[in-house]
Amino acid sequence: MSALPRASELGLIACTVCGLVCRNVPGDARLDGDGVGDDMACPRCGTTLHRRKPNSYVRTWALLIAAFILYIPANVLPIMRTASLNDVDDNTIISGVVELWRAGSPNLAVIVFTASIVVPVLKFLALGTLLVSSQQGSGWARVQRAKLYRLVELIGYWSMLDVFVVALLTALVRFSVLSLVEPLPGVIFFGLTVVLTMLASMSFDPRLIWDGKDTDD
Amino acid sequence: MGMSSPEALLICEHCDTVYRRRTLTRGDVARCARCEAELERHHALSVNAMLALILTAMIVFVQANMWPIVTLGLSGQQSSTTLWGMILAMWREQAQVVSVLVAATLFFFPLLKMLLLGWLLWFARAGRRAPGFVRLMVILHYLGPWTMSEVFVLGALVAIVKAHTYFDVTPDPGIYAYAALTLLITIFAGVDLRRLWDDVPEGAA
Ligand SMILES: [Zn+2]
Repeated sequence: MSALPRASELGLIACTVCGLVCRNVPGDARLDGDGVGDDMACPRCGTTLHRRKPNSYVRTWALLIAAFILYIPANVLPIMRTASLNDVDDNTIISGVVELWRAGSPNLAVIVFTASIVVPVLKFLALGTLLVSSQQGSGWARVQRAKLYRLVELIGYWSMLDVFVVALLTALVRFSVLSLVEPLPGVIFFGLTVVLTMLASMSFDPRLIWDGKDTDD
Repeated sequence: MGMSSPEALLICEHCDTVYRRRTLTRGDVARCARCEAELERHHALSVNAMLALILTAMIVFVQANMWPIVTLGLSGQQSSTTLWGMILAMWREQAQVVSVLVAATLFFFPLLKMLLLGWLLWFARAGRRAPGFVRLMVILHYLGPWTMSEVFVLGALVAIVKAHTYFDVTPDPGIYAYAALTLLITIFAGVDLRRLWDDVPEGAA
């Protein structure tokens, strides 16, 4: 599979929204990800055409770091308080997983652990790795990195799982004196972390993986 | 600026490789030779079939939102909630951010997505572009990842198991409606909606 032509070399540009292939976009073909050759609108859907997502590195880094900062209180602070006649219990994400395991649902405990802990951590590590390696123009494991990015995009929103659990339990458990569930600030930080990591993976441009100096085939 | 005939070329969104489009037959998936991303797949569903699916999804969605999801029982008292019960509960409990997230990802965005698709497909059935076609297609593109009904089904399952330790838990019709909705979403997930740009040519509005 030699000499697979790339759109940037042929002076072509694909609209990110509708997929239309456009030609003769003015501007040079520098590929530093800052959206050179812009200010042209797609003739079909009107979206501004970019060779690469504008300021992809800066935006992705900013969103990823912000998400990471929020991820700390999201895990340290409790996300939910369960109170009954004789005790008050504040749950963090992790203690919720442990409780689920003890309650006899190891399968669900594993699912919640994956969605709430593994997926966000994987996103931080994966996007961080992709950012660093692409900024260095590394030719290392490009196909695998491209697959990693698609995995991150595919599973990212499943982290919202625990937020929905807290919301549903809050609405359900309201036997006033006997017991109640109320959300605690951790769940807000957690929800924001999920949104920010989703925005971070969206602002990363996977084409940057292939823009390095080394030829790949 | 010139435009190369849009049907002839295809550019991989993930690595920028240019391909000549080939005709796909049933079950075909075109993959990028450089990055192995999916380029295009055969359109298995006709516009009519998609419209039928969307209309079904809308009916199920109304049920999923009107019917209670789960009922808890404790010493004679009962408590159940709908999706909007969740949204209001989070709002009252000083978690407005979560309330807005739940409302957006489980109610407004899925609803908007289905309404837009229904509208676009209704006209596409007659080979026409719906009024507002271009703008609505762009909105639909951006709505993509922000609908999370399928995550909610799993979340409800977890909540049921958690509550089961202390309460009598009865799943209500709403949760089954959500499960059905997830099934419909899964069927629809394989459809590349961008095909509407080609299926319904310009000037047919
Ligand atoms: Zn590719």
